[in-house]
Amino acid sequence: MNTPVLRADTLTKRYGKHTALTEATLDIPAGRIVGLVGPNGAGKSTLLALAAGLIRPTSGHIEVLGRTPAADSAALADVGFVAQDTPVYAGLSVDDHLKLGEHLNPTWDGAFARDRIAQLGLDPAKKAGRLSGGQKAQLALTIAAAKRPRLLIFDEPVAALDPLARRAFLQNLMELVAELDVSVILSSHLIGDVERVCDHLIVLAESRVQVAGDIDDLLAAHHRVVGPRGTLDTLPDGVQVIAADHTDRQTTLIVHNTTGRPLDLPGADTIGLEDMVLTYLHRAEGIGTPTLQETRA
Amino acid sequence: MIDFHLEPRSGVAPYMQLVHQVQQALRLGMLDVGDQLPTVKQVVAKIAINPNTVLKAYRELERQGLVAPQPGRGTFVTATLADASLDAHAELGTALQQWIATARAAGLDDAAIRALFDTTIRKAPR
Repeated sequence: MNTPVLRADTLTKRYGKHTALTEATLDIPAGRIVGLVGPNGAGKSTLLALAAGLIRPTSGHIEVLGRTPAADSAALADVGFVAQDTPVYAGLSVDDHLKLGEHLNPTWDGAFARDRIAQLGLDPAKKAGRLSGGQKAQLALTIAAAKRPRLLIFDEPVAALDPLARRAFLQNLMELVAELDVSVILSSHLIGDVERVCDHLIVLAESRVQVAGDIDDLLAAHHRVVGPRGTLDTLPDGVQVIAADHTDRQTTLIVHNTTGRPLDLPGADTIGLEDMVLTYLHRAEGIGTPTLQETRA
Repeated sequence: MIDFHLEPRSGVAPYMQLVHQVQQALRLGMLDVGDQLPTVKQVVAKIAINPNTVLKAYRELERQGLVAPQPGRGTFVTATLADASLDAHAELGTALQQWIATARAAGLDDAAIRALFDTTIRKAPR
């Protein structure tokens, strides 16, 4: 259990002149549910495909569960990957999907798969093409879990689902995690969902990792500091300014306290996950904080 | 058995929301000594949250001496909050009323009183 689920060192992926992922360095402990957030084109799908072993890095290094992704059949059996929009074979029935899974995966748990399908109320004879979006997602999740992997990877699993189907999918996923002792990495645009189900966060923007860590630690280390203008010009060592916003009288900072000690600054307050993530995304785009014109008192 | 819910916009950490809900159920007598809390799997399947969040909440309740895990069986209530805390409520309520009267006499309106209360409770170390 002590092998990190994912370790990356200056991991880079280029497509011709375009760099999809730039020098990502990550260390994700096992047993986490990791949320990968960032705008479209940030490199989320690239990072997930590298972790699943679908593509190879241009430079740098990645290990998943202590091994090169998809290096051999054992490494393949360890990871379940569900691509964007949870694809299934439209012409095959639900039961065909289970048979296919059984033939293709040495570690397949057929009893588990059938139980889940029954619990979800899916008709085994129904063609997957005739399932609703939510049912397709549940089928893809069931297949990925029935190979009993140690890591499940989902690329935007709930993006195309309505709110009810989204909640049902997350309920099912959390139940599986509680039952199977599996780590999860999922990308999402919905920070509310990430806050609900994830305990580890990676913020990716402009092909670079902006910040990563356990969510509780990140929230404890990020603060909004408000003070009279001029009083916040010098900060203690190890306190990084992520965003600064000034009026003629007041300065508002979003800071990351990397000292490991409590932040001793008057006017420092906690910050929510959504604000923290947005601050990093805005910084990456080089447009500062999304707030406040110069106000005159 | 009690049910949990989660309010994403409350600003209270999810595990703390679960802790508060158990404490509230204990205060109101909806949970009593010997009652079982929902299993982690039941909670996450119901409200779609991280299993570690539930474990963290149950550990915190255990630390507070309110529940205890029984290996292989589940987590059970070991203490109640009903009596002692209800008594304290009355006294604290009276003190708070006096404080509010003082604050109003000093010219604070309700919004200012709430803001002061919120800022102070955030600064007060637990």
